[in-house]
Amino acid sequence: MKAITECAVGTCGRVVKVRAKEPVKGRLVSLGVAKGAQIRILDHTLAKQTWEVECDGTRVALREEEAAQVFLEPGECTA
Amino acid sequence: MKKIRVVLAGQPNVGKSSVINAITDARLHVGNFSGVTVEKKEVTLQRDGFEIEIVDLPGIYSLNAYTPEEQVAKQYLLHEPFDLIVNVVDANVLARNLTLTFQLMDMQKKMVLVVNMVDELQKQGGEIDRKRLEELLGIPVILTSAKEGKGVEEIIGTLIALYQAPKPKNKLFYDERIEEQIGKIVRVLRKSPHFQDEGYARFVAIRLLDRDEDVYKIIHDLPVFIELHELLGSIYRELELEFDEESTADMMNDERYALAKAAVMEVVKKPNLKESLTDRIDRLLIHPVFGLPIFLFFMWLLFQITFTVGSLPMELIDGFFTAVSEGVKNVLPAGPVQSVLADGVIPAVGSIIMFLPNVLILFMGINLLEQTGYMARTAFLLDGFMKKFGLQGKAFIPLVSGFGCTVPAYMAARTLKNPTDRIITMLVLGFMSCSARLPVYVLFIGAFFPTAHAGNMLFLIYISGALLGLLVARVLRSVLFKGEPEPFVMEMPPYRFPSLKALGMELWIKAKLFLKKAGTFIAGASMIVWFLSSYPAHPEIRADFMKGPAHLAGAQKAQIEHQIRARELEESYLGYIGKAIEPVFAPLGFDWRMSVSVVAGLAAKEGVVSTLATLYAVGDADEKSHTLLKRLRENISLKAAVAMIIIIMVYSPCIAAMSTFWAEVPQWAWRGFYLVYPNVLAWLLAFGAYRLLDMLGY
Repeated sequence: MKAITECAVGTCGRVVKVRAKEPVKGRLVSLGVAKGAQIRILDHTLAKQTWEVECDGTRVALREEEAAQVFLEPGECTA
Repeated sequence: MKKIRVVLAGQPNVGKSSVINAITDARLHVGNFSGVTVEKKEVTLQRDGFEIEIVDLPGIYSLNAYTPEEQVAKQYLLHEPFDLIVNVVDANVLARNLTLTFQLMDMQKKMVLVVNMVDELQKQGGEIDRKRLEELLGIPVILTSAKEGKGVEEIIGTLIALYQAPKPKNKLFYDERIEEQIGKIVRVLRKSPHFQDEGYARFVAIRLLDRDEDVYKIIHDLPVFIELHELLGSIYRELELEFDEESTADMMNDERYALAKAAVMEVVKKPNLKESLTDRIDRLLIHPVFGLPIFLFFMWLLFQITFTVGSLPMELIDGFFTAVSEGVKNVLPAGPVQSVLADGVIPAVGSIIMFLPNVLILFMGINLLEQTGYMARTAFLLDGFMKKFGLQGKAFIPLVSGFGCTVPAYMAARTLKNPTDRIITMLVLGFMSCSARLPVYVLFIGAFFPTAHAGNMLFLIYISGALLGLLVARVLRSVLFKGEPEPFVMEMPPYRFPSLKALGMELWIKAKLFLKKAGTFIAGASMIVWFLSSYPAHPEIRADFMKGPAHLAGAQKAQIEHQIRARELEESYLGYIGKAIEPVFAPLGFDWRMSVSVVAGLAAKEGVVSTLATLYAVGDADEKSHTLLKRLRENISLKAAVAMIIIIMVYSPCIAAMSTFWAEVPQWAWRGFYLVYPNVLAWLLAFGAYRLLDMLGY
């Protein structure tokens, strides 16, 4: 289990835990960053302050602090 | 005629406005939701003996409202009367969209699902089984590509048929263990006369499991509340234990997500995913190194186009209004009526309408940024940078909108959920020069700087305003507020080609508002300025001048006429007002005319130009060779002009913007602070610049 911020760009996996508090958690879930979703790390800015991930075709930008609270089990990139 | 009330609901970026725009024969009405300043689009149309009214709700990701705009949409859904819901979803991200669809279906209203942007899916080889989706959900499904106008016509017919049909059976059921508890809650609810409708009771029960505080408030005052409260406590504990979740809200979210995934699995034939266009564009546009320079280039380009292309039709418009003014002079007899029209209202309105092209181009640019999806990228790119100034990436969107108009920008600041982030953003928003200030800049740049540098000067003005805003934000954050900025979680919509129809529609609305403002408010203000500058009448001034040699010719006569006008103005009410406030502006090198126009700018920034036009040009309205530019050059020094530009950049925005701020910010301390500090800051900066230029010998 790794936090988004511990992963390299291009990593794929399955979301296993979203530790963020409400209302951030609810927002993440409605954007598709939910337990069980396929996730892919797309990009981060130069200083790694902002991250971009993709879940089920939706791209989501989040800050380092929030990215550190989303955990995934790295695996194969399916699609 | 029977009226069908429809609400249009859906997540952001699903093309709801394209759907609205694609409906033919409809009348569009733009207003506000009652009591709040969130834009409300409404269309009405008549078909088959029905009057259909469709209200476009702000985009919502879920019924668990997060932003104030989502709150507006939710309140509307909960409390306003309507007959049908049209839920628009994006075919490409159907699973995520369906989670909202399920929440809406819980409401037990008649509902139509519009699956939009099907063309995008099909182009990549994907497919949606419409029949199967209808069977699964139990509601009519329509596939559309609203931007191409495909499928939209079907919506109205389906609405009418559904309106007349009996209510369809609910097909959405959750896990058995959850359904069992929903049943228990419903039984208690139905003891109260408020919940005779079983569907409504079920909806409330589900929302209670979602831990919806707005719904909790509804049941709070009912007699069954005590019984319900106890029951809910035990249900929450039981379910949380059983599903191993922190809250039943998480459980419901997981449940809907699982249902949505299962449904998508059955009805969507996945496209062959190659690298999408968005991936390829993003590799360049949000490149860690090149991203920012590219963004700055786009901004620079936007201002260049605004200035160069926008100035092309200016002379035409100017010529037109001069001709109208001449026409009025020929038709009407000389007197106060002729004078107020020909010298007051028409030139003032004309001097505003001249800037309509500039305003529209700038607004179109900002709109394009938003529609293509680039705006979200800039927020992504800039978040790290904005954080340094105590702002966050999302604040960038209201800040950039501020370049269009401060009023919607204040409203856009609502996307910032944390009150501190929001108030800081709003306090510095005024430094982003709105498009109404553009005429003032264009006028002063045109008068005092060579044409070759005009675009660069304009860019400089806008950039330094933005930098000032950032610096002030930094200071406000460290002096007045402590604590972390709000979390930053944002959707990055795929790049899309903008809908030209939607763009045209937005521009049309904007142009209409602008012309209305010019025709009413500014015409009224210029009439007041004309009155103040024409009265009290002083026939003795003219008489005094005429005592001298009676028949002067040519240039000399014009010279005398000019002096008479100047003297008359000085002795008018406007002259008195200007003189009274002159001491405040005297250290900046302003004369009383400039002082008056700065004050007029508080009513509307366009008022600065029209007031200057009245005050400087009134003396020789029949001398067409003397333009306002020339009069400014003759009367104002370069350093005073720079001071003037700075004042316009920094001081309070117009009345409309100020009242929006007051409506959005309830705290009196902030309201007071907001009224005072920009003006003090503006004066100090202008004074500094004036003195500096003075020392440099300008």
